[in-house]
Amino acid sequence: MSEMFEVAGRKLSSRLIIGTGKYETYQQNAEAAEAAGAEMVTVAVRRVNLTDKDKPLLVDYLDPEKYIYLPNTAGCFTAEDAIRTLRLAREAGGWNLVKLEVLSDQKTLYPDMEETLRAAKLLIADGFEVMVYCSDDPVYARKLEDAGCCAIMPLGSLIGSGLGIINPVNIRLIVEQSSVPVIVDAGVGTASDAAVAMELGCDGVLMNTAIAEAKDPTLMASAMKHAVIAGREAYLAGRMAKKRYADPSSPLAGLI
Amino acid sequence: MDITVNGEEKRFEGEVSVAGLLTALALEPKKIAVERNLEIVPKSLYGETELADGDKIEIVQFVGGG
Repeated sequence: MSEMFEVAGRKLSSRLIIGTGKYETYQQNAEAAEAAGAEMVTVAVRRVNLTDKDKPLLVDYLDPEKYIYLPNTAGCFTAEDAIRTLRLAREAGGWNLVKLEVLSDQKTLYPDMEETLRAAKLLIADGFEVMVYCSDDPVYARKLEDAGCCAIMPLGSLIGSGLGIINPVNIRLIVEQSSVPVIVDAGVGTASDAAVAMELGCDGVLMNTAIAEAKDPTLMASAMKHAVIAGREAYLAGRMAKKRYADPSSPLAGLI
Repeated sequence: MDITVNGEEKRFEGEVSVAGLLTALALEPKKIAVERNLEIVPKSLYGETELADGDKIEIVQFVGGG
């Protein structure tokens, strides 16, 4: 399907964004990205290893010319930490498009929405284009959009949990009210979860662990690619109404 | 001159610029970003930014993440 998807002025044909963490090797990561058909990947910003400079570099496996790098603020628990990280990312990469996440605690990695909103406003004032990881609270989602975020990215469930889309009602509310892309970020465990997110009308899905921790990450990446396409097409096609009783598919007329 | 780079103490003799530090560490400027005492050093200023005793330097790069 040639339908394009646009976020912050960038046109993408793949609605599947993948993370680059937790893979056994960057080579495996690159193969999964290829199989997923991903055009955008999230990356983290970390200290250069001064003692072991022969360690493989992400950029040597996932070419930033081929994939849109989306630097994240994983591990940041205050707006200031997140802004510091993303300013470094902007200097390292030379672009303004970022993924903001401000977390509340290590156990749940649940987004701290008050800090997230504060950080989003500061980043946007500083010229960043902010795709924002958030809770599935439609009120905060609206505030983030009003603040100027270029994509709203509610969690399906906790980061790395693989529990799927546990609050589809809220995800749909966010989809209905938003005029910027809505991308489910976090919680997808398997292909059907990605399809559910897309059937709810989301513009895309962002995932990492579901692919990286599959027994065969490349095969799961391919499964996710098909699930996202299937879910999108089902959403556009418009599902049949649910009924309480059977409705025969074969005509009753002419029955012998 | 003693400076801290990514949490590690480093000693240099004489004047050293950010560009000189990166050369000494064999790091390619294109792939990294540098922060000096919490202020970003733009790539265009690596050559003219001289380090001072006690500076705290952070050098970061992109790594895999979700």
